[in-house]
Amino acid sequence: MLHTLNQAVAVSLNNIRGLPSRLGASSVAVFGTACVVGVFISVLSMAAGFQKTMTAAGSANTYIVTREGAISEMNSGLSFEQTQLIANAEGVAKDADNNPIASAELYVIVDIPKKTTNTDANIPLRGVQGPAFKVRDNIKIVEGRNFTPGQNELIVGRAAQSQFAGLNIGDTIKFGQSEWNIVGVFEDGGSVSESELWCDVRILQQVYRRGNSYQSVRVKLTGEEVLPEFKEALASDPRLTVSIKSERDYYAEQSEGLTQFIKLIGYPLAILMAIGAIFGAVNTMYSSVSARTREMATLRALGFGNFPIIISTLVESVLLAFVGSLIGSVFVYMVFNGYTVSTMNGQSFSQVVFAFSITPELLWQGMNAAIWIGLIGGVFPAIHAVRVPVVVALRES
Amino acid sequence: MSSTLLARLHNIEKHFIKGNQKVHVLDDLELEIKQGDFLALMGPSGSGKTTLLNLLGGLDRPSSGSVEVLGQRIDKLSNSALAKWRARHIGFVFQFYNLMPVLSAERNVELPLLLTNLSGAQRKQRARIALSVVGLEDRGSHSPNELSGGQQQRVAIARAFVSDPDLLLCDEPTGDLDRETADEILELLQTLNREHGKTIVMVTHDPRAADHAKEIHVLDKGQLNSQAVTLP
Repeated sequence: MLHTLNQAVAVSLNNIRGLPSRLGASSVAVFGTACVVGVFISVLSMAAGFQKTMTAAGSANTYIVTREGAISEMNSGLSFEQTQLIANAEGVAKDADNNPIASAELYVIVDIPKKTTNTDANIPLRGVQGPAFKVRDNIKIVEGRNFTPGQNELIVGRAAQSQFAGLNIGDTIKFGQSEWNIVGVFEDGGSVSESELWCDVRILQQVYRRGNSYQSVRVKLTGEEVLPEFKEALASDPRLTVSIKSERDYYAEQSEGLTQFIKLIGYPLAILMAIGAIFGAVNTMYSSVSARTREMATLRALGFGNFPIIISTLVESVLLAFVGSLIGSVFVYMVFNGYTVSTMNGQSFSQVVFAFSITPELLWQGMNAAIWIGLIGGVFPAIHAVRVPVVVALRES
Repeated sequence: MSSTLLARLHNIEKHFIKGNQKVHVLDDLELEIKQGDFLALMGPSGSGKTTLLNLLGGLDRPSSGSVEVLGQRIDKLSNSALAKWRARHIGFVFQFYNLMPVLSAERNVELPLLLTNLSGAQRKQRARIALSVVGLEDRGSHSPNELSGGQQQRVAIARAFVSDPDLLLCDEPTGDLDRETADEILELLQTLNREHGKTIVMVTHDPRAADHAKEIHVLDKGQLNSQAVTLP
């Protein structure tokens, strides 16, 4: 066994040392794999980035209460009384002044042009109550100030500001008949909230003629252990027919559609390209094997077994694919990682701003794909290399 | 004086199928090789010299008949057993040297030793000794393309005998060399035969090359049709 390994290492090193003399053919396999891994990682980094943005919003012990049956905040509706019942239910945390940490919110869509295309996009405008900042763990004003309750003032998420026009502090923006002043910018740990604009919920109700209705209540519970009591409290109240989801679950569900869609496109695209790359690798390895026919025959004549020859061909093929995956990964990482885009989230009919996220998991998946391309691309040429009779191969020039 | 039988080819027939035709290469051939022999196989192109050499080296199998080397029927061995057998018993010298272009001379010589139980240090030592026997002790680090044709063939010869095989098989070892260099190579083979007791079978077209052997066998139309000429 040790002999065989020794032989395999020696023949593999021999192959690898000879790679510079087969640079042209080798680069086909490297380039093909780099393209596959690059496309694979970049497409899936979109899905990963979107998912990351959506799920980053999940604060611990924060729950979203909507009308039962509502798919999202968009098609939910709660009366003021209901929001009060929810906020005061058992299990909801209280602040220093013994007020419940709960924010009844209203969610509408407004049109704002994208900076890149100057075409209108649907942007979520969220009316919130004061405790909105306590319900969410990471949210903070990073520029300017918070809106003044009762005023037509907006604060804008950092991501929304970067993607959409006219959202700088001091700008005035018009939705329908109303004008709004932008007074601050907030961040929320890169979450989906950063794609939103916020204002006082009372003002939003007036401007959009929503009476005293809301769409959701976000509550902070005192701990995970009180969730059953909280649920029970809401379920047992005949005035409420609501559903309760943790923020994490809510956004995970919201992101599912688009994430699946991206993956649905990404995986088949990557598989199609991988098949192409496998042909490239096969071609490269056939020419590599062909260029070394006599070398391999000589080794076999000297007594080297078929197994080391096969292994050495596979090692070369996998190595080329590995180099390709490194090039593809580094290129995509440098170009796309953190690259911010916005897209319509079908579930909320509004734009979500997110950054391509090239995660270690994606890099690992890309490398795995490359290794398979190398293995599959190398196996037939490797077998071919040892099936040619030694005496025939020795005559090859 | 050589006496012990090293190899015996008995009733050898070898043919190839080319299209619908059966091409006979060797026909009812008998040959015995004794230890310490230096045998030259001559004959016109297509007479079956290389085929005979390949049968002796376990690179090919006869269509019928038996190839016995050191008392073992090698034509009955499996491919993998045959590979191991070659590593232990046979050293090959090819017309075009067949060195690994990316390996240094010393690494090339060391190759067959990778198939033995020797340690890395022992392998290096043996490779250096082999290179010094062929007069290239100072060229161990050179790659084949930094060596002349004659030097490359010396490296190939060192590679052939470094693992101390029972039989050296040389296929036109001087076919790619000028006269002077060819003579040097033949003298080296002669030294290996006379001073180191190596049994050598050499295929050649060149009568002057054959003169360095102890015996000349002429193949024609698949048969050894003349008696061996024993040279002084």
